[in-house]
Amino acid sequence: MAKLPGIDGRASTDLPVLNPLPRHFAASAVHKCGPDWYRLELRPWHGWLLLAAFVMVAAVAEAQSSAPLDRSPLATLYRWIPFIVWQNGNGFVLNLTISFFAMAIGTVLGAILGLLRVSLYMPVRGGSWFVTQFFRNSPWLVLLFCIMLLMPYEMSIGGKLVRIPDWMKAVIGFSLPIMANIAEIVRGAVQSIPTGQWESAESLAFSRRQTMWMIIFPQCIKRMIPPWMNWYAILTMSTPVASVLGVEESVYLAAQAMVAEDSRPELLGPFYGFLLVIFFLYCYPIAKWTMHLERKFEVNG
Amino acid sequence: MVSLKDVHKSFGNLKVLNGITFDVMKGEVVCVIGPSGSGKSTLIRCINALNPIDKGSIKVEGMEVHAPKVDKLQLRRKVGMVFQQYNLFPHKTAIQNVMMAPIHVLKQDKVEVEARARRLIKKVHLEGKEDSYPGELSGGQQQRVAIARSLAMNPEVMLFDEVTAALDPETVKEVLLTIRELAEDGMTCILVTHEMGFARELANHIYFTDRGVIVEHGPPKTFFTEAKDARTKEFLSQIL
Repeated sequence: MAKLPGIDGRASTDLPVLNPLPRHFAASAVHKCGPDWYRLELRPWHGWLLLAAFVMVAAVAEAQSSAPLDRSPLATLYRWIPFIVWQNGNGFVLNLTISFFAMAIGTVLGAILGLLRVSLYMPVRGGSWFVTQFFRNSPWLVLLFCIMLLMPYEMSIGGKLVRIPDWMKAVIGFSLPIMANIAEIVRGAVQSIPTGQWESAESLAFSRRQTMWMIIFPQCIKRMIPPWMNWYAILTMSTPVASVLGVEESVYLAAQAMVAEDSRPELLGPFYGFLLVIFFLYCYPIAKWTMHLERKFEVNG
Repeated sequence: MVSLKDVHKSFGNLKVLNGITFDVMKGEVVCVIGPSGSGKSTLIRCINALNPIDKGSIKVEGMEVHAPKVDKLQLRRKVGMVFQQYNLFPHKTAIQNVMMAPIHVLKQDKVEVEARARRLIKKVHLEGKEDSYPGELSGGQQQRVAIARSLAMNPEVMLFDEVTAALDPETVKEVLLTIRELAEDGMTCILVTHEMGFARELANHIYFTDRGVIVEHGPPKTFFTEAKDARTKEFLSQIL
């Protein structure tokens, strides 16, 4: 905490002038009043704490284990890591694949939905509002169940029967709430552009479509990037939910691995601790970059 | 050129324009002055169809501005407007700001438009600043880019909505000089302003509005010295 002269200590001058507030006061105030309170504020100490927890749990498990050295919990974990992380394109790689595609589809659909929300026609606005609120406020697991169990497991495309793998259904299931949240981000960004921009565009005889695409939307993109990246990190951390439905991603495969190792209880800590660590290692750089971009864009407004 | 007849407008219960009638001839410079809330800005915005009116008629070059099927784009090619808050497009450079409308709205040739834009930027005394973004320009410079941008559309009437109100006195001079040159070139200008000195020197006709009506009007020679209405006298005594 920085000290304010005259308040926390002696004033360095007799003039009633305070130094400008240190950055972190103003920045944190903006942070807390921000529109997107699902902010993912990952810090390095979270990572260190996770690592420390993992190491502690693993050490205890090692100490308690009565198995020979090559079957100790850490050695077992080490043997199973390739399986959990990238087995046949499943595992952790599948988590990332699902998050990538769900984000891509969700962003495109969400942008459309968000722009529909500011349409001049009431029915379009209302319909878009309903869809957005519906998918924003539905539990992701329930949506996932609906999509995965209601979608057929194979479809005929162009006369050929194509099997739709589970992970693709999970992608669709996750893209729906992402679509709704991105729509809100887009709508918020469009509505945050000062009305003066709309008026001066109107005065220059731009049509509404030209105004939206050439003047308003380019200004929105900068504002949308931090919350967009925030949602990507949240999505990635939510993909293990798909394991409930049998998608072979990292949590599912970790559970399978433990069953293969006779479900020894001392494996639980190391295996799940490892999952926590790798998810952190992936999401932390994203969260950090998001915070950096937020700070960078804050000043310009 | 521009004629208003018995224009009424309310925002909900608040009556902002209460029967405004006046005409502006081609080449005239008209200043609208008055206290805050008297409806000056609303009046100007109604001329440009930015706000709808409840009753009355506004005609620009014979075109009825508030007719139900009016071609707003056609109207706005005739009427240029400059705002108090400049409202430049922050993601484009100064010259791109000036070029955008003729290229995309008037569909003119890019090379011609660029040449014209450079001439206009030179005209507003901003050579060398073509490739600066609005964020890099001072308030007065931004306002002059805004004027150049409106001029690029070749309007017949220019509307100025308190364009110097957000500027410090030195930059006010720069902007007024630009407007003065415009007026001397024969552009029809309608200004809402608090700059009495400017109004006195340049205006052909001054209208004083208060509470939505034109209280008094006249050429500057007689307006400032022989004001008849008590309200006008009160206003003038406070600012002169």
